[in-house]
Amino acid sequence: MEPVSQIDGRAIPFGRKNVDTDIIIPAHWLKTISRDGLGRGAFEALRQDPDNLFDSAEFAGSPILIAGDNFGCGSSREHAAWALLDLGIKAVIAPSFSDIFSGNAFKNGILTVVLPQEQVDRLLEVAKTDPIHIDLEAQTVTTPFQDRFRFEIDPFRKHCLINGLDEVGLTLARDTAISAFESTVQAERPFLARGTGVAA
Amino acid sequence: MTSNPRTLYQKIWDAHVVESRDDGTSLIYIDRHLVHEVTSPQAFEALRVSGRTVRRPDLTLAVPDHNLPTTARRDAQGRRIPIADPESASQLAALERNAPEFGIRLIGDADIEQGIVHVVGPEQGFSLPGATIVCGDSHTACHGGLGALAFGIGTSEVEHVLATQTLLLKQSKSMEVRVDGDLRPGVSAKDVVLHITGVLRAAGGTGYVIEYTGSAIRSLSIEGRLTVSNMAIEHGARAGLIAPDEKTFAYIKGRSYAPQGADWDKAVAWWQSLATDPGAQYDKVVVIDAADIAPSVTWGTSPEDVLPISGIVPAPESFDDPSKQDAVRASLAYMGLEPGQRLDSIPVENVFIGSCTNSRIEDMRAAAAVLKGRKKADNVRWAIVVPGSGLVKKQAEDEGLDRIFIDAGFEWREPGCSACLAMNPDKVPAGERCASTSNRNFVGRQGPGARTHLVSPAMAAAAAVTGHLTDVRELV
Repeated sequence: MEPVSQIDGRAIPFGRKNVDTDIIIPAHWLKTISRDGLGRGAFEALRQDPDNLFDSAEFAGSPILIAGDNFGCGSSREHAAWALLDLGIKAVIAPSFSDIFSGNAFKNGILTVVLPQEQVDRLLEVAKTDPIHIDLEAQTVTTPFQDRFRFEIDPFRKHCLINGLDEVGLTLARDTAISAFESTVQAERPFLARGTGVAA
Repeated sequence: MTSNPRTLYQKIWDAHVVESRDDGTSLIYIDRHLVHEVTSPQAFEALRVSGRTVRRPDLTLAVPDHNLPTTARRDAQGRRIPIADPESASQLAALERNAPEFGIRLIGDADIEQGIVHVVGPEQGFSLPGATIVCGDSHTACHGGLGALAFGIGTSEVEHVLATQTLLLKQSKSMEVRVDGDLRPGVSAKDVVLHITGVLRAAGGTGYVIEYTGSAIRSLSIEGRLTVSNMAIEHGARAGLIAPDEKTFAYIKGRSYAPQGADWDKAVAWWQSLATDPGAQYDKVVVIDAADIAPSVTWGTSPEDVLPISGIVPAPESFDDPSKQDAVRASLAYMGLEPGQRLDSIPVENVFIGSCTNSRIEDMRAAAAVLKGRKKADNVRWAIVVPGSGLVKKQAEDEGLDRIFIDAGFEWREPGCSACLAMNPDKVPAGERCASTSNRNFVGRQGPGARTHLVSPAMAAAAAVTGHLTDVRELV
């Protein structure tokens, strides 16, 4: 996973509340074989409108999305995080997120920033014309107009995001323990260690 | 080690803890991983992107099943018959590319060993008692019928298992569901698990791993035990378990990947030690009298909506819970049923015998026994039998069962998930009913607007003969 520490750029002033994962990526995109390319299906229904923000010259490819309460509710599909990532989104700012979505976002290296509604409203205003800066190290969101909003984040998640560690990477770091366990199984329950017999 | 009496679940859990963490989670070693074409492509892709490898390719087995059409896969010249749906074709192609690239054994779409992952695992001796088994599919609990701790996982977890052969898990609570006494004639394993689902309700097992015990469970064949454990998820349980015994060992011995020689003796000794100790405590115990179980059928759109075939469609007002009353109203509207209607008067236009729940040789035999010398009713438009694997298909053909099905007006298909879920060409048309041996009667599960009645293989056969849901005991 790519390390995340400073995110700088235009932010899509979306602002909508209760954005469910069906809005983020409709079900018919679930029969794919790749995480890539799902950006084409991201917000598909909203993007039928030729004047939508996501495809506008000003906001296409922006690294930040600003949304309303309860972002990512609904089905647990991980495709929602993959779709945002493919769209170029590295951080979402909202007053609240669904638990499953923020877990999926974290697993895929997307930073979810929770700020009070009034601060989100201010950022929505600024985003219309100017860039926004997120500093994960300092846990702040700043604007060119002296706005400086501090946000909270779980220290473990912060550590993982800054160092580009995903769950798989973290478990891989436990290799010594896993290898030791495998040696024990090989000695005590060799029948479980055999599998299909293809060369490891 | 601990001297406290332990449950089967606790023993398997303890034997797989790589390390425990302060937050109550443990890193659990995974002994067996089954992958199919639908939930694995993005996991393999993630490995490729991050330059990671599969830690233990020998502990993973790949088999396509969900999307495959159940019609012929090769023409007379042995050339592949193309899959019409481009997305299904691309998922199959991805599995065929990924398995060799990562060194994983792939059972191909036209191999005789091919079939539904949950039929293939036990059949190949890949699934073993006491093992931890995962698959990106919610019916993975099936393998618990052998005494394995088996459960479904998501795509990120598939990737995690491929790369590390472990999962970070919190231990579930334990529940014993004991079915005491003898099953009545005409009552099958499917009726047992439908009845259990009716008793526990669809969410009754949430947060639990269930061990099915009692003389009625012990009396079931291994095929029957796989059927029971298969539907653990339908009453909400993470996994189902049935303690391995002599029947289990006899079933496994000699299969392709089963332990051999000294390994075998060591395995049996360990498996015998896994049974729940006398005095071990479960977090919850549910006792069911086997005599209460009748040939059963679902009437609604949740597997908990189940009644004996002698019953009538219930009225929404007969339920205490107001939200259930609303759900029943919606179910009856979707199913096109009226309260008070006799269940055995409901006509069916479709009959499906198959799925990871009921597509093993015993299921084929049970259905064929009812159909022998009979024909499907004229109003049954579509009747198919889909064996769970190529080996089940061959065995059934060796026993002449295919002739019985074909003579009765059934189509005899190639193995796969088929009409259990509308992901391949086998679908039930909108507004039509299907007597189905599968595991879910959800809205749209067998196709948009399709109306599913879950039944046993013998009951499905009986419905085909009479053209309506029928008590199979009237035909035998």
